[in-house]
Amino acid sequence: MKTAEEIVAAIKLALPDAKVEAVLNPSPSAQHSLRVVPGDAVAVAGFLREDPQLGLDYCSNATGVDWPDKEITEKVKTTKVVDGVETVVEETVKRVEPGYLEAVYHLFSMKHGPTDPAGPVVLRMRTINRSDQVELPSLTPVWRSAEFQEREIFDLFGIVFTGHPDLRRILMWDGFEDHPMRRDYVDPDDYEYEPTAHDEVLKRAAEQKAHAGVEA
Amino acid sequence: MATALKSYRPPVIEPSEEGDELLEVAMGPHHPSTHGVFRMDVALDGERVIRLKPVFGYLHRNHEKIAETASYLAAMPYTDRLDYFCSLTNNWAYALAVEKLAGIEVPERAEYIRVITAELTRVQNHASAIGFLLQEMGASGTPLMYAFREREKILDLFEELTGSRMMCNYMRFGGCRVELPKGWLERVRTLVDGLPKFLDETEALLTGNEILMARTQGVGVLKPDLAVNAGVTGPMLRAAGVNYDIRKVDHYGIYDRFKFRVPLGDHGDIYDRYMIRVLEARESIEILKQALKDVPAGPIMDPKSKIRGFRPKAGEAYGRIEAPKGELGFYLISDGTGNPYRYRVRPPSLINLTVLEDMCLGQNVADVVLIFGSVDIVLGEVDR
Repeated sequence: MKTAEEIVAAIKLALPDAKVEAVLNPSPSAQHSLRVVPGDAVAVAGFLREDPQLGLDYCSNATGVDWPDKEITEKVKTTKVVDGVETVVEETVKRVEPGYLEAVYHLFSMKHGPTDPAGPVVLRMRTINRSDQVELPSLTPVWRSAEFQEREIFDLFGIVFTGHPDLRRILMWDGFEDHPMRRDYVDPDDYEYEPTAHDEVLKRAAEQKAHAGVEA
Repeated sequence: MATALKSYRPPVIEPSEEGDELLEVAMGPHHPSTHGVFRMDVALDGERVIRLKPVFGYLHRNHEKIAETASYLAAMPYTDRLDYFCSLTNNWAYALAVEKLAGIEVPERAEYIRVITAELTRVQNHASAIGFLLQEMGASGTPLMYAFREREKILDLFEELTGSRMMCNYMRFGGCRVELPKGWLERVRTLVDGLPKFLDETEALLTGNEILMARTQGVGVLKPDLAVNAGVTGPMLRAAGVNYDIRKVDHYGIYDRFKFRVPLGDHGDIYDRYMIRVLEARESIEILKQALKDVPAGPIMDPKSKIRGFRPKAGEAYGRIEAPKGELGFYLISDGTGNPYRYRVRPPSLINLTVLEDMCLGQNVADVVLIFGSVDIVLGEVDR
């Protein structure tokens, strides 16, 4: 079993242009991961599957993770000229780290299964943001086990997988809007509401739709 | 490079004669052979299946979201409801993932109890799976009741140990919940001694049965390379001839101490899946015999593990076990608070259904129910 750094080196050797980096996992599980730029993901995944030494022919788990915008408060020391004298001033700065959606794949090798027990090789990639640029390349052409799981990620997180053969909702019904596994998801107060000619109901329906981002 | 990759898409089958009308049938969601609420949208050319699309979600309750809003411990009883035939293995998989995440050790006695309960679960799951398969073939009642007779005895033992027959909620992070009742191991030994006779009886009725062979041999064939690529695990994978048993690969728990074989199929058809389940149940009995011989005394919980107010350090872990239906994995991300930031179940039942269409294409519609039954799924786990 190669470590995450060794796998990154192997990828760099085979695909010099691919942008891959190892991400450390501080937990005792020590399952470190590889973060790949979406544009290179299919090529990297293909290499991981076909490379005879790695032989990661089995994609066990594919899932999404939602990382909303984070407001970070930190103290920054800056040098300022106060009354003509240079002094170090501590300032509290608030900044918003933009959120993103992440797809995570856990890979194993069935080819080397019993002889070289490999912990999971974790492959992850990020979308640009959480609202309008949520496309990631589908890895279903490489590992078919991702087919239903990517549909599930699309359904529950709202990542759009380009190149997926059949990207539809899988667990929620087709007319459903919004993505329930997102951190900021709000349940509808009544799943079975039917707008009638009552003002209050119509108002609530409009609010509901506005939240889901649908034009009334 | 991507263009050179071998593709594993299901083939597109054309109707036999031009102008023939296709019959589109929705099989399910309410039909006893669907093991719950599950639908297959099937396109038929005469009796032949030329397209099949599974439809999920009837039992969806967003298990993962519920667990993310609860504490680590509070998610444990929910795992019982995934595959409600095998709650003890679900418990184990979740406990294992949390133990990996937080670096908790498990005492020896608890490991032995886990192996014993998990292997009993496997025997009763495989027995019931065979029973259901035969039920779907038209052998109404008898084989299923034979299996349930044995399953009842095992569930009685579970009830005595955990207080519940099916929703056991028994494992904890770093051990098990309660000590074994007096004389429990002795009763397990008596039960295990009787299990080979039950399997012999089942086999005498079924293995050489002409009708069973005619209906199952060469039907629903799954090729090994497709099985690997589609992430099929468990008896389905091994019936296709791929040697991959997580008990042998990961040696989780104390499985490296026991001698057992991994049965493999040659043809990957329904008959092989039936046979693999019988043989795996026999190997489970071997493991049980070895485990029951030397259960050590000692604590059943790691004294350092904390149940209430449990807050693992930030990080992530993926833990997996060989559940009776395949690889059951739990992927957890901790942000250092009391409930998991991300809680993901890797359900073997759902992913084994990826190849359902491939196995059914070109087969008769009467065989679809059989092929589906041979996958052995529980909808509680598929839909979560």
